[in-house]
Amino acid sequence: MAQLTPRALAGRRPRLWRGTVLLVAGLYFLVPMAASVWFSIDNPGGGIRFDAYTGLLGAPGFTDALLLTLELAAATVVVLLVLLVPALIAARLGTPRMRAVLEVVCTLPLVVPPVAFTAGVIGVLRWGPDHLMDTPFFQTIVFIQQPEFPLVLVIAYVLMSLPLAYRALDSGLRAVDVRTLVEAARSCGASWPRAVLTVVLPNLRGALLNAAFLTLALVLGEFTAASILGYQPFAVWVYSVGNSQGQMSVAVSVLSLLITWVLLLLLAAAGRERRPAPAQS
Amino acid sequence: MTTAPTPVPAPAAADPSGGPGAVAAGPSAPPPAAPAPAARARRPRGGPWLTALPLLAFFAVGFGLPAIAIATGAFTLSSDAEAGAGTFSTANLTDSVQGAYWTALLSSVKLSALTALIGTVVGLPLAQAVVTSRFRAVREAVLTASGVLANFGGLPLAFAFVATLGNAGEITKLFHLTDHGWTLYGFTGLSIAYLYFLVPLMVLTITPALDGLRRQWREAAANNRATALQYWRHVALPILLPSLLGGYVLLFGSAFAAYATAAAMVGATVPLISRSIADALSGNVLVGQGNLALALSLDMIVVAVLVMAVYLPLQRRSARWLS
Repeated sequence: MAQLTPRALAGRRPRLWRGTVLLVAGLYFLVPMAASVWFSIDNPGGGIRFDAYTGLLGAPGFTDALLLTLELAAATVVVLLVLLVPALIAARLGTPRMRAVLEVVCTLPLVVPPVAFTAGVIGVLRWGPDHLMDTPFFQTIVFIQQPEFPLVLVIAYVLMSLPLAYRALDSGLRAVDVRTLVEAARSCGASWPRAVLTVVLPNLRGALLNAAFLTLALVLGEFTAASILGYQPFAVWVYSVGNSQGQMSVAVSVLSLLITWVLLLLLAAAGRERRPAPAQS
Repeated sequence: MTTAPTPVPAPAAADPSGGPGAVAAGPSAPPPAAPAPAARARRPRGGPWLTALPLLAFFAVGFGLPAIAIATGAFTLSSDAEAGAGTFSTANLTDSVQGAYWTALLSSVKLSALTALIGTVVGLPLAQAVVTSRFRAVREAVLTASGVLANFGGLPLAFAFVATLGNAGEITKLFHLTDHGWTLYGFTGLSIAYLYFLVPLMVLTITPALDGLRRQWREAAANNRATALQYWRHVALPILLPSLLGGYVLLFGSAFAAYATAAAMVGATVPLISRSIADALSGNVLVGQGNLALALSLDMIVVAVLVMAVYLPLQRRSARWLS
């Protein structure tokens, strides 16, 4: 009995300790959010005003920057999924060596920080005027830099989000027996596109959403490449606003946090919806 | 956790449809020949490599060309050099590890190493508190929040901290922190801001490993009259070590690569390599140092490669442990 007492104590102590840890962490993470919200609605003359939020829509450049970012995000998600999903499904059906090659390819961008990658991109873009003046490549380089829709940013974003999207899709594919599914569909007479589109992809819904969400979050907040390359999507616009109107930039930060939160909750809801199905089978 | 059981029913469900594995090859390859034709019939025409070709080609152009540009540019004299433009030279690299640039690189490494260490030390107890919590809601809430906050880097983070602890920030005003010499716009302030996304990242990274710690190990240790401290020192921490180190390295990499937060928050008061590169790219360099940005990028990549060379084997090892 004497030996039981210290163990019972040991069992009790962590509970108190756990509460403290959660409390301190909660304070650290909630206070900046609360302070930001308060900062964005606190009127220096006294009282609460929502000017920073309501004035956002009318702010010069806001709609242009937001539209550009949304277009870039949509293009990035589409290009990324179109390139990555077939390759990863094929890798599941193919040899282990191919899977290893794809893993290396999709992990390599992690090694190059965005600033360094942007420096490399600028290095390539300078080849245009320096060496390629008289070749069709020059036209290509000009074309991907057009300010209305800078394709070069889409290329950069696809590569930056490649590791994230790969992880999400790969873990999704790991939970699904692609080979068996495809074999079953094929022996029922389905064509290849049909087997992939109607049998494999629905099983990957959660992973696809996850990959798309991570990419979206990355593109919405991306600042480094866009600002160095001299374009003005949303994040760069917020930066320029932050210098003159502090309250509005904080309001945008609060909104961006809220949007990320909502997106993630939607994603969790969509993922949970799928959960029960495999459990029943 | 939930994914582990799902593969189990799949083979079991396949069994009643016919028999052992050979049946699958039956309809597609009538002659009882080799498995090779069956394997070929399974794949799309042209083979899987062809399906992956667009991705590989995109990667070769989009990633390969900039990589070549960095590798060659770092070793050639830039076009604005006084003499010998375009020739091989190590001048860029020597310049990039001297003076202010070397300070910036060291400062970057120091900031990343310190914040990653604090993030690991703080993130582990937090994750443990979440994993052992009896309330499912706590776990769900903290993990969802971590998912959001780990992605909450860049500009919004900087602005949120300026609004909280900056010179006109709410907490600064509330406690009159400026009177006590507080300033957000320095090394300490930047570290506090970085931890805001590093700690959640650590929680996300380490939670699966903590879930993998079996209750039986703890009970076995307790049966041998080990105290909680002894259990952690001799059982739990050695098992967690690869995951912890892997997490540390991941945090280091994230902090090292970060640019926007520092750019918006502290400006030039804390020299960082990422800011030096951005400065050099916008032409803010001496004459003849046009390729310096590429050399600095190469320095940064070398550090990141070293970091990843530690991380990847560790991650593989911890993954093997937990499965």
